[in-house]
Amino acid sequence: MTTPSTTSLAVARAARERRSAGFARTTADRLGVVGSIAAGILLVIVLAAVFAPIVAPYDPDYPDLLASLSGPSPAHLLGTDALGRDILSRLIWGARITLAGPGLVILIATVIGVLLALFAAWRRGRADTVITWLLDVLFAVPGIVFGLIAVAIWGPSLVTVVCGLAIAYIPYVARVVRGAALRERNMPYVSAAWLQGQSGTGITFTQILPNVQPIVIAQAVSSLGFAVIELAALSFLGLGVQPPTADLGLMVKSGFDSVLRGHPTEAIAAGALIVVIVWCVTVIGDRLTSNARSMR
Amino acid sequence: MTEPLLMLDDVRATLRLRGGHQTLLDGVSFEIHAGEALGLVGESGSGKSLTTRAITRMLDPAFRVSGEIAFDGTSVLAMNQAALRRYRSTDVGMIFQDPRAHVNPVHRVGDFLTEALVRERGVDRREAERRAVVLLDEVGVRNPEQRLRQYPHELSGGLLQRVMIASVLLAEPKLILADEPTTALDVTAQSDVMAILDEQRRARGLALLFITHDLELAAACCDRLAVMYAGEIVEQGAHVYHAPTHPYTVELLGARPSIDQRVDRLPVLRYDRETHELLKAEAS
Amino acid sequence: MNGAELIGTERIGTEPIVVANRLRKVFPGPTKDDPVIAVDEVSFELYPNECLAIVGESGSGKTTVARMLVGLETVTEGELTVRGDSRTKGVKNLADRRRWAREVQYVFQDPYSSLNGRQRIGDIVGTSVGLHVGAGVTRREVQDRALGILDSVGLGQSFAEKYPHQLSGGQRQRVAIARALAADPAVIVLDEAVAALDVSIQAQILNLLSDIRAERDVSYLFISHDLAVVNQISERMIVMEQGRVVDAGVTAELLADPQHPYTRSLRAAVPRPGWKPVRRERLAS
Repeated sequence: MTTPSTTSLAVARAARERRSAGFARTTADRLGVVGSIAAGILLVIVLAAVFAPIVAPYDPDYPDLLASLSGPSPAHLLGTDALGRDILSRLIWGARITLAGPGLVILIATVIGVLLALFAAWRRGRADTVITWLLDVLFAVPGIVFGLIAVAIWGPSLVTVVCGLAIAYIPYVARVVRGAALRERNMPYVSAAWLQGQSGTGITFTQILPNVQPIVIAQAVSSLGFAVIELAALSFLGLGVQPPTADLGLMVKSGFDSVLRGHPTEAIAAGALIVVIVWCVTVIGDRLTSNARSMR
Repeated sequence: MTEPLLMLDDVRATLRLRGGHQTLLDGVSFEIHAGEALGLVGESGSGKSLTTRAITRMLDPAFRVSGEIAFDGTSVLAMNQAALRRYRSTDVGMIFQDPRAHVNPVHRVGDFLTEALVRERGVDRREAERRAVVLLDEVGVRNPEQRLRQYPHELSGGLLQRVMIASVLLAEPKLILADEPTTALDVTAQSDVMAILDEQRRARGLALLFITHDLELAAACCDRLAVMYAGEIVEQGAHVYHAPTHPYTVELLGARPSIDQRVDRLPVLRYDRETHELLKAEAS
Repeated sequence: MNGAELIGTERIGTEPIVVANRLRKVFPGPTKDDPVIAVDEVSFELYPNECLAIVGESGSGKTTVARMLVGLETVTEGELTVRGDSRTKGVKNLADRRRWAREVQYVFQDPYSSLNGRQRIGDIVGTSVGLHVGAGVTRREVQDRALGILDSVGLGQSFAEKYPHQLSGGQRQRVAIARALAADPAVIVLDEAVAALDVSIQAQILNLLSDIRAERDVSYLFISHDLAVVNQISERMIVMEQGRVVDAGVTAELLADPQHPYTRSLRAAVPRPGWKPVRRERLAS
């Protein structure tokens, strides 16, 4: 009844040959020129953040009140903030939290989202209906609202907003992965595993998951950009990371007051770094997404 | 001796790759005269479809093409965009394996058939439709007027392939390029579509380049056959089917199971170009 | 016509492995009152060590019959038994599926999409071996057995470490056959298993299939539209048209002298020496 025509076979084969050629491709090939640049920049930022204790010229929390709001100088490359803290050092330390917070959000959301998606795709029927409905409800509520609710219950802190946002990001991952998993589920290789007598769990984790993995990664990276912005926004509102901890969102806020006093460096520098991080992550995410799509 | 309608002389297509070249067409030469049918036969990867794309200059820009392709005495490789467009739309008609991939699913069959006539040739819409109806009838489509108002998804594969044949005939080309036109069809539909193609082609004196993996089918519908293997034509002529001389052709013919007799084991292709050339060199 | 009438004398005394009795499959149609009858009153028997071909054009329901046999489709009506056990009600649990897998295996048409591109060849076959060997077999023994099966389909040790994308279409179909053999089944359903392959590869796979039958006790249910291939591999065949069995018998006899008009028209459409394509009646659909 449903024997595919030789054409569709040929077309599918060509696509798969492109995919197989992809196995041998280098990372640079996969990301393209712009993607490679973005990855390079992001790598520098991540390394700087990881090795902040070594890289940062000053203690980010040490207030040199006598040198407050000094402009860029050889001693302080980006100057100091209102409390006389070195802005460059705070940027480097701030990047740590600005990357780690959203990273944690996406990690939690991805693990839960993938499990829900795979479960829904395998069981279909009622389980799928319930999970899809739940995801739609979550999807309808802006992430920042979840952050606010979490703050309202547990009070402002990084852990609180991370948990709140993680729930909000579950549907971003789960919806895409569910669609991909449903597609894979209809592939003959999955039928073959089913006919071999492999268990549902076995098929889900050894057959379907490895084949949707590129989509999982692409979706996670793409969502990371949004999470960076939303977490920074929550910190800016004073609901996330609490002072005096260095965080880019907080720096935009504290720098905001200095702008009025004619010292825009802190706000601009922190804002610019957020933009750069988000740009890098988004470019890489887009590229990974189009790669994952072309594998189909 | 009249000039051939289509002439390929030592056509090579090379794909530039990182760290080297890959020659996918390796000195392909053949001629098709007006009104003649040539069957280009080969297995997947032999280069038969690349050859058709080279003829219409539709190869990916990554290919470097050398040699000469001439249509009616004009070099195809030297054509400018306007000439190329005219050549593709009026001189050559193309029929593909999967007609569904080559029709716009949201356009009605009638629009698909008459569009080119109305837009490119300035034929009056009603006149174009009249011609389409006549042709659909000739290719054996029942109720042609009604078909014009239907969408491609309402037609079966065999019927849609007949519509494709009609659309090619409407353009009144001199040469039809048919790339595996019946591979996606059932055997009875295949027989039917090939019969129509053959009959219409002969009635109009059109030349045909028939690309297929099926030697038997090609032999039944073509005056001459050319057998391709790894980018080369290993053997061509009217004798190929009945009295093949090249070992690859002989083995390819033998490997296909027969409907008339069953053999204990099917002969397996052992042909390999390097070994063959080695043996040839030793013999001479 | 019923397949049961056509049992050759040598069959008397042997029990059929698969018995299909008046099988029906109805799919819900585009509208509620317009169901699609894909399989209609199909009956046949498959005996030990034979190859039965189901022949038909697209839409004949041949693949649906095969899919019902392995549980990929449910049975709407009729009776389907394998070694006396009914399969009509479908699988209930994992134990059922494993037991069924040891009786009937399936090889798909497309050797590309039927293998998991992210599993090594050795693992693809090894997984199947692991599911069907008894308890107390070490990982090592499972691997060895997988290598042995790969070897028996003509793929040497070096293939075990490869991924499907490194293999040709013919080699992939050998892997799919190896995976089926790993369960040591009594029946293998071959669903257009050589249709997507080049002639040269097709011949190799058909030879491999006959070698396998020479070495072990296995029956094939060979689903195909290709009469020449069917003639080469099968002893008996049934012909399906629009969900119904219209003709059945010994393959060689049926093809040498087809009586039923549909079988004749199928036979007449196969290109062969001296053949010319013929135009059918005008098509209405």
